Amino acid sequence: MVDSLKARLIIIGLLVLGSIWSLWPRQVTIRVRGAEGRMTDTTVQRVPIKLGLDLRGGMHLGLEIDRAKVTAGTPSDALDRALRVIRTRIDEFGVAEPLVQKVGLDRIVVELPGVSDPGRAKQIALRTAFLQFQMTDKQGLFRNALPGIDRALTAAGVTERSVGAAVGDTSAPRAAGPSSAVEDILGAAAGPQARAGADTAQAQADTLGNQLGQGPLSPLLFAGQLPGEYLVREEKVAIVDRMLARPEAQRLLPRGFVLRWGAEAMSRGAVAYRGFYILEERPIMTGEFLVNAQARLDPLYNQATVDFELTRRGGRVFERETGQHVGDHMAIVLDNVVQSQPPVIRSQIASRGQIELGSASLQEAQDLALVLKAGALPAPLQVVEERTVGPSMGADSIQKGILAGIVGITLVVLLVIVYYRFSGVLAVLALTLYVLFTFAGLAALGATLTLPGIAGFALSITIAVDANVLIFERIREELAAGKSLRLAVDAGFKMAMNAIVDSNVSMVLTAAFLFWFGTGPVKGFAVTLILGVLASMITAIFVVRTLFMVYLQRRPGLQTLSI
Amino acid sequence: MIRLFANANYDFIGVRKWAYAITAAIVIPGMILLAFTGLNYSIEFTGGALVQIRATGATPPSAAELRSALAAGGFEDAEILSFGSDREFVIRARLSAEATGTEDEAQRTAQAVTRTLQGRLGENAVVVDRIESVGPRVGGELRQKALGAVLLSFVATLVYLAFRFEFRFGLACVLATAHDILTTLAFIKYMNLEVSLIVVGAILTVVGYSLNDTIVIFDRTRENLHKYKREDLADIVNRSVNETLPRTVLTNSTSLAALLALLFLAGNVLRPFAWVMAFGVFTGTFSSVYIAAPVLMAIEKRWPGKDARGVRARVQPAVHRAAVEPPPAEA
Repeated sequence: MVDSLKARLIIIGLLVLGSIWSLWPRQVTIRVRGAEGRMTDTTVQRVPIKLGLDLRGGMHLGLEIDRAKVTAGTPSDALDRALRVIRTRIDEFGVAEPLVQKVGLDRIVVELPGVSDPGRAKQIALRTAFLQFQMTDKQGLFRNALPGIDRALTAAGVTERSVGAAVGDTSAPRAAGPSSAVEDILGAAAGPQARAGADTAQAQADTLGNQLGQGPLSPLLFAGQLPGEYLVREEKVAIVDRMLARPEAQRLLPRGFVLRWGAEAMSRGAVAYRGFYILEERPIMTGEFLVNAQARLDPLYNQATVDFELTRRGGRVFERETGQHVGDHMAIVLDNVVQSQPPVIRSQIASRGQIELGSASLQEAQDLALVLKAGALPAPLQVVEERTVGPSMGADSIQKGILAGIVGITLVVLLVIVYYRFSGVLAVLALTLYVLFTFAGLAALGATLTLPGIAGFALSITIAVDANVLIFERIREELAAGKSLRLAVDAGFKMAMNAIVDSNVSMVLTAAFLFWFGTGPVKGFAVTLILGVLASMITAIFVVRTLFMVYLQRRPGLQTLSI
Repeated sequence: MIRLFANANYDFIGVRKWAYAITAAIVIPGMILLAFTGLNYSIEFTGGALVQIRATGATPPSAAELRSALAAGGFEDAEILSFGSDREFVIRARLSAEATGTEDEAQRTAQAVTRTLQGRLGENAVVVDRIESVGPRVGGELRQKALGAVLLSFVATLVYLAFRFEFRFGLACVLATAHDILTTLAFIKYMNLEVSLIVVGAILTVVGYSLNDTIVIFDRTRENLHKYKREDLADIVNRSVNETLPRTVLTNSTSLAALLALLFLAGNVLRPFAWVMAFGVFTGTFSSVYIAAPVLMAIEKRWPGKDARGVRARVQPAVHRAAVEPPPAEA
């Protein structure tokens, strides 16, 4: 223990200066979207205490990489790559002070404070954005395989009705997300109108012509306008998809080709059709070679498009490949979905091209350009945890938390002053330093203040007070036992020390375990509790002692104490 | 000068049988209830989706309207809780353990609930204030971690106390703490509070508080064991409880004051936490006196320490300290 009063005052002064320094408003760099839509770094001046998502609003996402779908490299490489890609995307998306970090072996945590459109941010983070350019089946191999597939399906007892019923049974109404579009369509297909509609479908077939044959599958398909394109009535999409996914059908599909659905329905008269395409499995080009992507609105068709540019190497490859396929149709496939109708290659394409997005909005095109530029995710990601707090709720929480904190602290201060009078005032003086130290600790550690954190702060004040209560009670006892004032004060601090240290250490131990297992807001609670307990040790023992020393030194003749 | 309970001399240890009866009356029915119905875990632990909405229209929808809107969207099992006002609701859909869904099922459920409500009530009629979704596996991991943290914090405290005190003190502390966890769980059950992460945090903090109380009394017991070599343990424990009574009352009053402020002012999110903590302050104090101290005496009786005074332990009125010491000097 430091015995010289001067040294004590210097230490306290240094602690206070250090705390003020760590809380002083400072330049913080954040990225914001400028007026022209580009991301720029700007600096703002503010107090360096981070507020948790529960107080400022925002989104917390726990993402998990789908290990089974990692194609290249080890899962841990894939995770690192995904981390980089998401970080780039989020930086471009424009959230001030985002957090993207790896947790454990296969998780990534993304925190986006103050994000105004969580749904859009989520899509940007999650989109695989795997871009491929694949040639369509120009030899009609699928067409040739169709009769065989129909026979195999018939042999397996598959009919349109049986598949429709099966699909209808499993279309759980609560399932949404990637498969929801399909299932929504299914819901309609399973209903009675759909069955009635089957006849009109047959009638409509004539308007399109090209009835493809007999069997469970062929009557549902119509040949499209270009090689390798087939059309399916929108409400039959799920049934066809299900039939083609059956092992009997899969076995007979032409080798080296894959089946991909189109992104949007096309209208032929009053009926909506969805295209599906037979594509060469090997892509002639992938998004890996993309260096730049830019969204724009095509003024001619009022259609959103994304212009892209390939690397020099990518450009050479693309030029060679397209040169070999002049006159053929090339599908632009994004995350296994064909974007717009595959255009015909009229001449060699070098390093520039464009993706037409049909009815998508300019914002969707911008988002696509953003994710394409940042690169594809090595494997799909799943959201295993989400916490989103709206900005108004965050503001409400912070208001209530601060009010509760202030009222709680005021009550504690009143109790202490009423009970211990002058000594109580000394303890409360020390408490102001305690508040300063705790917040300085939060700022210095870069810890986050959360709503439970405010509760932890209010509770640790009572722990700070407890230390003083232990000391003051002890001083009273020593005075009652007949000791002189100075001896009683000394003994009070000395004898109470054991209990204070032991109980505070056990408090810090439990809080440390809480910190270890907790997430987000609860971690904030544990941190403020630990910091509060440590700060309370300093103020209740060291600062209050020093205040007593100053007081007693100034009044050498003092024999009684207001305690 | 205000002095509460100065020179108190209550026979705390003498009435311990009554205290046991009270504790048993709280814990036993609570544990039976728990065994049959279990705790109301939050989706953080079970996996599931939670959507908190606020109606903005002139006439906010009733819970029944929300229920029918959700049922029409296929969410018959979703719970609907009013949250603070008649405009705010929490909709919670748990995922059963055997749900075939993948890990992002919860996520999709939350989205679908949001879409359903916005679709049925109008896009602008509801503001989504909060969305939480937790996959069942993530929830299971968290459950294990929480249990591990509670057990480990037990062991760590026992080790620390064994190092600082003697082992018998540490054991008595831990048993008192175990008692606090049981009564707190019973309280949670009676109040039907939702066990979320922050409530587990409250339970751990209650553990800290309770230890704090017990340590203060044991510290005094340790000191008095040296000071009054001829008293038996029951008297010394009783004396120590009485001597620390003013501190117990004052500290717990300040804690309760802070907790009441949290309970009434900090909003719905923190309310279960404040309830558990407020109860915990009571049970922590109670167990320090009526569980920790008698257990210490029982241990002492069974396995006498070096001083072996506990062998004579029996209930006897404590010597009034004020009788042998001068009255306190008034300030």
